[in-house]
Amino acid sequence: MNLLTSQVPTTYYLILAAVIFSIGAVGVLVRRNALIIFMCVEMMLNSVNLTLLAAAQQLGQLTGQIFAFMVMAVAAAEVAVGLAIVMAVVRHRDTTNVDDIHLLQG
Amino acid sequence: MQLILFLALAVVAIAAAVGVLLSKNPVYSALSLLVNFAVLAVMYVTLHAQFLAVVQVIVYAGAIVVLFLFVIMLIGTETHLLGARGRSRRIATVIAIVAGAAFFATVAYVSIAGSLAPLDGPVPGQGSVQAIGEALFTQYLLPFELASVLLLVAMVGAVVLARKPKGDEL
Repeated sequence: MNLLTSQVPTTYYLILAAVIFSIGAVGVLVRRNALIIFMCVEMMLNSVNLTLLAAAQQLGQLTGQIFAFMVMAVAAAEVAVGLAIVMAVVRHRDTTNVDDIHLLQG
Repeated sequence: MQLILFLALAVVAIAAAVGVLLSKNPVYSALSLLVNFAVLAVMYVTLHAQFLAVVQVIVYAGAIVVLFLFVIMLIGTETHLLGARGRSRRIATVIAIVAGAAFFATVAYVSIAGSLAPLDGPVPGQGSVQAIGEALFTQYLLPFELASVLLLVAMVGAVVLARKPKGDEL
């Protein structure tokens, strides 16, 4: 493959997005700090945006970009509310460790 | 040339993502996240999404990472590294990594098997502000307005949640 002239295939973008999404998913499952779990969720949303933009490029349509724009709006709303919840939990329980927040556990 | 740029950016993006996952200090995680967002913004430009690249830098790299850093500074940095709690936690870590690898293998297989030949059809208007704005204010007007309502509700919710409670009880 000629590295200098060839275009980037859409598949590469999809695979990169899958890598980042998987790393984010593992982070959500492995880390116990609520803030870092949030960061991993943001990373996953971002990788989905990359997928949408790659699809928009592949299909030559603008719809994917509009969808990514909406994902960004939802992510901004989510992070504002989520961090406010983390603040409230810290104020009441004095921890950001999700293992210590188990009032709903039977 | 584009392929070299893509590969270099991909390496940085994945390294930053791993940095978010493995940093002991949440501040370093937030900074790795910033690098990840910035690299993805450059990739958006290569995907003919100039407007979204700018929005990515302003909203994600600007607002969201700064919000994270503010919260980290407000509540202090209490750290729990992975595998901190004995055997069950280690087993959970292994299961999480296996699940993540299985997910990645599935998506990668589907992506490769799907045979997406490069169509080379450019996005209309190259993803410029004009093209996105026209689409947002004509065809996608309703979702756009609903997004504004969503942001308003989120703002009110954040203010209510983060408010100092009156007395001892919330």
